[in-house]
Amino acid sequence: MRRPTPSPAEESASRRIVGAFLVSAAGAVGFAVTYGLGGDTRWEGVCLAVAFAGLAVGLAVWARRLVPVGGYVEEHEGFTPPPAEQAMTAAEFAAPDSPTRRYGLLAALGFALTALGVAALFPLRSLLPWDRVRPPRALKDTPWGAGVRLVDGTGRPLRPDDVPAETMVAVFPEGDPDAGDAPAFAVRLDPERFSRPPAGGHLGGLVVWSMLCTHAGCPVRLYLKGTGRVLCPCHQSSFDLLAGARAVAGPAARPLPGLPIEVGPDGFLRATGDFTAPPGAGFWSRP
Amino acid sequence: MIMDRLARALDDRLRLSPVTRRALAKVFPDHWSFMLGELALYSFVALILTGVYLTFFFDASSADRVYQGSYAPLDGSTTSAAYASVVRLSWDVRAGLLIRQTHHWASLVFLAAIVLHLARIFFTGAFRKPRELNWLIGVTMLTLALANGFTGYSMPDDLLSGLGLRIITSVVESIPLVGTWLAALALGGEFPSDAMIPRMFVTHVLLVPAVLVALISLHLGILVRQKHTQFPGPGRTEHNVVGSRLWPSYTLRSLALFAWVLAVLFALGGLAQINPVWLYGPFEPAQSTSPAQPDWYVAWGDGALRLFPPWEFRIGGYLVPAPFFPGVVLGGLAFLALYLWPFAERLRTRDRRQHHLLDRPRDHPVRIGVGVAALTFFAVLVVAAGDDVLARLLGVPVYDLLYLFRILVLALPILTGAVAFLTARALRRGEAASLGDLTRADLRRAGRPSRRPSRRDDEPETPAPDRPGERIELWPEGEVWRWRYRDEARRLVLTANRVAVSEEEAVEAARLAYPGVDRVVVPGPPAPSPPGPVRAALRRWGRAAAAGSLLVAALVERRRDRRRQRDGDEGDPREKADAAPRGGEPR
Repeated sequence: MRRPTPSPAEESASRRIVGAFLVSAAGAVGFAVTYGLGGDTRWEGVCLAVAFAGLAVGLAVWARRLVPVGGYVEEHEGFTPPPAEQAMTAAEFAAPDSPTRRYGLLAALGFALTALGVAALFPLRSLLPWDRVRPPRALKDTPWGAGVRLVDGTGRPLRPDDVPAETMVAVFPEGDPDAGDAPAFAVRLDPERFSRPPAGGHLGGLVVWSMLCTHAGCPVRLYLKGTGRVLCPCHQSSFDLLAGARAVAGPAARPLPGLPIEVGPDGFLRATGDFTAPPGAGFWSRP
Repeated sequence: MIMDRLARALDDRLRLSPVTRRALAKVFPDHWSFMLGELALYSFVALILTGVYLTFFFDASSADRVYQGSYAPLDGSTTSAAYASVVRLSWDVRAGLLIRQTHHWASLVFLAAIVLHLARIFFTGAFRKPRELNWLIGVTMLTLALANGFTGYSMPDDLLSGLGLRIITSVVESIPLVGTWLAALALGGEFPSDAMIPRMFVTHVLLVPAVLVALISLHLGILVRQKHTQFPGPGRTEHNVVGSRLWPSYTLRSLALFAWVLAVLFALGGLAQINPVWLYGPFEPAQSTSPAQPDWYVAWGDGALRLFPPWEFRIGGYLVPAPFFPGVVLGGLAFLALYLWPFAERLRTRDRRQHHLLDRPRDHPVRIGVGVAALTFFAVLVVAAGDDVLARLLGVPVYDLLYLFRILVLALPILTGAVAFLTARALRRGEAASLGDLTRADLRRAGRPSRRPSRRDDEPETPAPDRPGERIELWPEGEVWRWRYRDEARRLVLTANRVAVSEEEAVEAARLAYPGVDRVVVPGPPAPSPPGPVRAALRRWGRAAAAGSLLVAALVERRRDRRRQRDGDEGDPREKADAAPRGGEPR
C-alpha cells in the first residue's frame, strides 16, 4: 500500500520516466533532423529506435513502479447458460410463426440462395487467361517450333561456332525472348562420351536442352565443367548431359527435354520443332 | 478536468459507464507468455503502418519501365515497373528504404510471434473447451499470414522472389486434376504473366489484410468474452482470473510492449539489410541466383522440396509429380492436424468440461511429445533449406548433407518427441519439481506403461471443500461495496478488480469467483486506498494552478479597479505594495 506522499522510490521512478520520455523526444528530433539533412537509413533507424525505446522504457517503468501490479481477482461467470434462459431462447426459434419452422419456404429460399451462389462463381472464369488456350495445353506449347532461330541474350542469332566447348550458352527463340517456358541452353560436348544420345539429337556434339529444371522449374544455370553435369541452384537437382540429361541427384525425377536443331540455309542455328517434352515442372496431364 | 467533463458528456449520451467500468477492470494474468499474442498484434500494426506508406511508392505493374535514379548499376536499364519502383523507393525516396526494410523485418517477427503464441497455446492446452473457436481462428490467421508474407515477398519482381514464385507455381501445378487450372486462375496465365503482380498486390494490401483485421477483431472479442486462461496457483480457480487490471497496469504495459516492438523493428530496419533487391537484379526467366533461400517461414517448404526423393508416379497415364508430396500434401496435412487437434484430443481424453486453468506442459506427455516432434521436424526442414550454404561453409559435398538431412528429418523428431514424452511423464509421476531434480528412478518409472491417463490433476466440477483460513471479506465504502479474498495459510490477499454498486453485486461476484468460500462482512474500510503518486502530483499541480489562477484573477481585478479609478482620479500607489507579496505566495 502506498502512502499519500510519494516515497523516494516513487520520486526516483518519476525522474527515470521523465528522463526516458526526454530521450524519446530527442530520438524523434534526431529522426526529423536526419531526414531533413538528406536521410541516412541507418541513422533514421537508430533515431526512431531510440524514440520508441525511450517511450517503451518510460511506460514500462511507469507500469512497474507507479501503478499496482498483480493482486487483483475477477470472477468468471462460466459458460453454462442458465437453463431457463436457454429454454426461452430456444422457444423463440420454435414458436409456431417462427421462420425456422417454415420448411417449405426455407427449402425454396435455400434453392434461390444456392443458385445465386453458383451464379456468383461464374465471373471467376474471367480470372483465367482469355486467349482460349486451356492451361495444360499452354504449358505444353512453347514458342519453339520448326524454323525458329536460336538467339542469345542480346537477340543475336547464333551460328554453331558461337557455342564454345565447356561452357553453356543461354539461347532463346527469336522474337520471344521473355517467354517463361522457352529458355534453353546450348553446350558443346564430345559425342564419344555420350552414354545415351540426347533426346533432341545433336549437331556434332552441339546439343540444346530446356533450361528449366524438371523438379520445380528453376533455371539450371550452374554448369559443372568437365563432369558434363548441370546443377539447379534452387533444390540442387543435377542432370548428366552425357547421359541424355538424366536426373542423377537431388529431387528431380525426369530428364531435361531436348530441343531438336539444325543449321539453316543462312548458316544460323534453328529449331526443327518444339522441345521433346513439356519443359519445367511436371503436371497432371503431362505426357 | 476536461477529460472528466468529456467523459461525462459522452456517458450522458451513450451510457458507456456500465461497460467501461467492467472493461477497465478486466484482469490480465501476470505471465510473460501471455504477451506473445500481443507481440503478433503489434507487429501486425507495424506492418500496416509501414505497408500503407510503401503503397504510395510501389507501382504494381509488370509493364516495361526505364529506371532512372541514383543506383548507378541499374540506371537507364529497362525493368518491370514494379521492380523499378522498388529500387527507386530504396535509393531515391528518403526514408523509403528504412520503411521497406522495417516492413520486411516486421513480417518475419509477425510470423515468429504467431508461431510462438501457437506453441504456447498448444503446450498449455489453452485450446480446450470453450476456446476451440479461437484456436480455429488463430490457425486460419497463420495461413493468411503465410500467404501474405509470400505475396509481399514476391511483388518486387526481383530475381530471387521470381524464383520463389516459379517454385510455388510448380507446386500448385503438381496438384492432380486441377493444378494447372488453379495456377492459371491465380496468375491469369502461364508464369510469368502480366496479371500476376497486380493480382498479388490486391491480395497483399486489400484482401488478406481485410480478412486478417476481421479475424483479429473476432479473436480479441472472443478473448474478452471468454476472459483469459491462467496457470494454476494459490487463489486461482476455474472460476476466476488473477492478475493485474487493464487500467492502469496493462494499458501502460501493453503500450510499452508496442513501443518496444516498434523500437526493435526500426532498429532492424535501419541497421540490418534485408532483401536488397537491387543486388539480386530484376526477374528474368533464364536467370537464377545461388544461393537461393526464402524467408524463414516458408523455408520448411523449401527444405521439404529439397529432401523429398525423386519419386513420382502415374495414375492411369496421368502424372503425379514429386513436388506434390512435400509441397502440397505436407502443408495440407500439417494444417489439417492443427485444425483438428482440439477435437482429436477431446476424442482421446473424453474430456468435455470447460477449462480456464491451463495445463503445465508436463501434464500431458502425449501432447508435449507430439508437439516437440512436430517442431523438431519443421526445424530440420528449415535448416535443410540452407543445405547448399551449409555445404559451402563446412566444405562437404551437398549430397552428403542431403542424405544426412533425409535421415535426420525422420529420426530426430522421433528422438526428441520420445525424450519430451518420457521427461514429462517422469516429472508428472515423480516428486521432482523441475528438470534438475529428476532422479534415475523417476526416469525408469516413466518408461513403464501407464494405466488410463489419470484425472487427478484436473479440477473437479464441484467446488473445492472449504479450506481453513480461506475467506471472502466484504465491506461498504460509502455508497459502494468492495470485497477481497484472503488465504491466511498462504498469506495471500487478492482484491476484487472493481467496486460493486451494491452488496448483492459484491456477494454475487465473490460467490462466482470462489464458490463455497465463507463470506464475512468486515466493518469499515480495512485499508483506505491512498491516492497514487500521479493523482498526488495532479492534486499538487491542481493546487498550484488554482493558486495561480486566483493570483491572475486578483491581478486582473486590481487592474480593472485601477483603470476605473484612473478614469475617476489618478492612480493609487498603495495597490502596488498590495500586489507584491501575493506574487511570491504559492509554491
